[in-house]
Amino acid sequence: MTIAARVDRPRVSAVSQASGPDTQPLRRRARRRRRLTALAFVAPLIAYLAAFYVYPLYRNLDLSLRDYTVRSFVAGDAPFSGWDNFQKVLDDPTFGPAMRHTMVFTFVSIAFQYVIGLALAVFFNRHFRLAPTLRALFLIPWLLPLIVSASTWSWMLNSESGVVNYFLHFLGVGPVGWLTSPDWALTSVIIANIWIGIPFNLVILYSGLQNIPGELYEAASLDGASAWQQFRRITFPLLRPVSAITLLLGLVYTLKVFDLIWIMTKGGPGDTSSTLATWSYQLGFGTLLPKFGPGAAVGNILILIALVFGLLYIRVQSGQRRQEA
Amino acid sequence: MIPTRRTLLAALAAVGTLASLTACGGGSDDGSGSSDASGGTYTFWDPYPQFDASSPWGKLVTDCGTKAGVTVKRTAYDTTDLGNKALLAAQQGNAPDVMLVDNPVVSTLVEAGILNKTSDLGLDTKAIQKNIIGAGTIDDAAYGVPIGANTLALYYNKKVLSAAGVDPASIKDWTSLTAALQKVKAAGKKGITFSAINTEEGSFQFLPWFWGAGGDLKKLDSDKGVAALTLWKQWVDGGLAPKDVLQNTQTTSWQEFATGDYAFGENGTWQLGNAEKAGFDYGVLNIPAKDGGSAPVPTGGEFVTVPVQKDTARYDVSKKIVECLTNDTNILATDTTLTYIAPTAAVQAKQVAANAKLKPWVDAVAAARGRTSGGLGSKYPTISQPMWTAVQSALSGGKSPQDALATAQSSAEKG
Repeated sequence: MTIAARVDRPRVSAVSQASGPDTQPLRRRARRRRRLTALAFVAPLIAYLAAFYVYPLYRNLDLSLRDYTVRSFVAGDAPFSGWDNFQKVLDDPTFGPAMRHTMVFTFVSIAFQYVIGLALAVFFNRHFRLAPTLRALFLIPWLLPLIVSASTWSWMLNSESGVVNYFLHFLGVGPVGWLTSPDWALTSVIIANIWIGIPFNLVILYSGLQNIPGELYEAASLDGASAWQQFRRITFPLLRPVSAITLLLGLVYTLKVFDLIWIMTKGGPGDTSSTLATWSYQLGFGTLLPKFGPGAAVGNILILIALVFGLLYIRVQSGQRRQEA
Repeated sequence: MIPTRRTLLAALAAVGTLASLTACGGGSDDGSGSSDASGGTYTFWDPYPQFDASSPWGKLVTDCGTKAGVTVKRTAYDTTDLGNKALLAAQQGNAPDVMLVDNPVVSTLVEAGILNKTSDLGLDTKAIQKNIIGAGTIDDAAYGVPIGANTLALYYNKKVLSAAGVDPASIKDWTSLTAALQKVKAAGKKGITFSAINTEEGSFQFLPWFWGAGGDLKKLDSDKGVAALTLWKQWVDGGLAPKDVLQNTQTTSWQEFATGDYAFGENGTWQLGNAEKAGFDYGVLNIPAKDGGSAPVPTGGEFVTVPVQKDTARYDVSKKIVECLTNDTNILATDTTLTYIAPTAAVQAKQVAANAKLKPWVDAVAAARGRTSGGLGSKYPTISQPMWTAVQSALSGGKSPQDALATAQSSAEKG
């Protein structure tokens, strides 16, 4: 709506200047037509949003608020059960660990992805020879299909024949049950996820660095600032808006990571690496008898958490726009 | 005003295109299911993505359609996917005409009310072994015809055993099996591999030991169930079985056994073809029960089912297709391709006559039990999931077998 209005504004003034009081109905017709035009422009977007966002979300909410059995799922006559599914999920002994794993997985992944991504971005910003080539190589984790990278990680970390334990053996360290020990499974999937997330951080932070004017560094070095001081006082503060966006987008992406964990451990052993995302799938599709209601309830809780971070993102972004203006 | 009109036209055109696109999208859903009564095309789903249209199985399905006077449109899904796909399709009202599903899924689909009784369709199931059709029987009514059966046994590597000085004939119970594993380990080889993954496969592999100890699925944490889980835990803790059984599917477990380093591998009938290719001499033992004798093993294998359709006139042709797929000649060919055991005594005799190595498997299938039998039906999935979780948490060292199974029992009771 706002776009259409903005486009039309100059013409509005032109029309009103040219017309006298006797052209009232003409103006009204023109206005109606403009409104129709605006609606027609917005309609595809609304149709798209309704079909691909509103309806699935509504279905998911509906699933989580009804007592679905396989029979009522097919017949479509599941009774409304209010918050029962949510209550069931919250009381489940899996909920606490799954929530904890989700938080640990998300925050540890983000922290390492950001720090390593930033270090690499600063490193590649020095424009040495081969820098573009090396930077391109760092993007590989991003380009590989997740099924490939996750399977590769799971082979490398195999406790019997994995290459990681093979190297540890040379260093005189006994085999580690990366994916088979309850103490290591979560760590292993976090390591794999950090590796996958570094390119995203690298690319965005690198482009942020490009926007910092080089004169600042020149001036700083004339003043005798060390490399670390330049980073602390110039790079980091000027990169703050880009950092905020990177971290928040990363948060939303990492919260919902499912495929990586499912391919590597299926949330196991036991449920020592299950997160809300894998648990939701486990409930809905992981057994022979699907529990759609509780599965959808867990999914909705996850959406809610992501929404909080999403709103935070929008706030930060609009704050930035205000600063720029 | 002219520019405005032009933009209006453009916008309307855009909307029109979008609408027609979505109309196409919606239209393509139809015609695949029950809605076209013209009788030209019948849909058929199976869990054999490894067979394409040019394979003997693919050709058989096409032929059976041709004989019934229709075209069969076959779609192969991953076996773990098929149950949910069927539920979704039934909800949308376009379930396939004929569907081949893994036997423990049958009770879930019956619970959902989307399968026809074989008696209602007029299919004859008298010749089929009781315990095999039992997996697809709910309240004394059969809901499908087994295409074949498979089960689990212990494959052993003759060379590894003789090097360790173990006589396979001496393995009669758990004590002698564990003793044999220790001898193998002392001789520098690896003991046994199986699959304890956190999916239905893990439960399938655990059941022979659970039942072999006298365990009851309605009471997971009985002493007997704990004894079975303790046996597995001792093996893993003592290095007689590898740690990665926790991640092994039955396929990866087979690959471990096929390296030739392992003395034993718990695996299924369907690996016989691969066993011939493994490049070493192998033998097959029935899985021993705790105190001797053969342990009851779970039946595996798929059922041919006919999902409920709005247009009941379609059942006649569906029935013809099912009968064609399950007649003696075709079932012999299919079960030879799949290396399954046929569900009827007559065809089993033919199989053994053709290949004497199938004899121990025919015996094992005769002693096998359906997972959903014994009145469990669609309760089985709510027991199986806590059970494989318990196996995982005990073997990974997170919990003791007693605690793990107690947790499993309490979550199985909650359903």
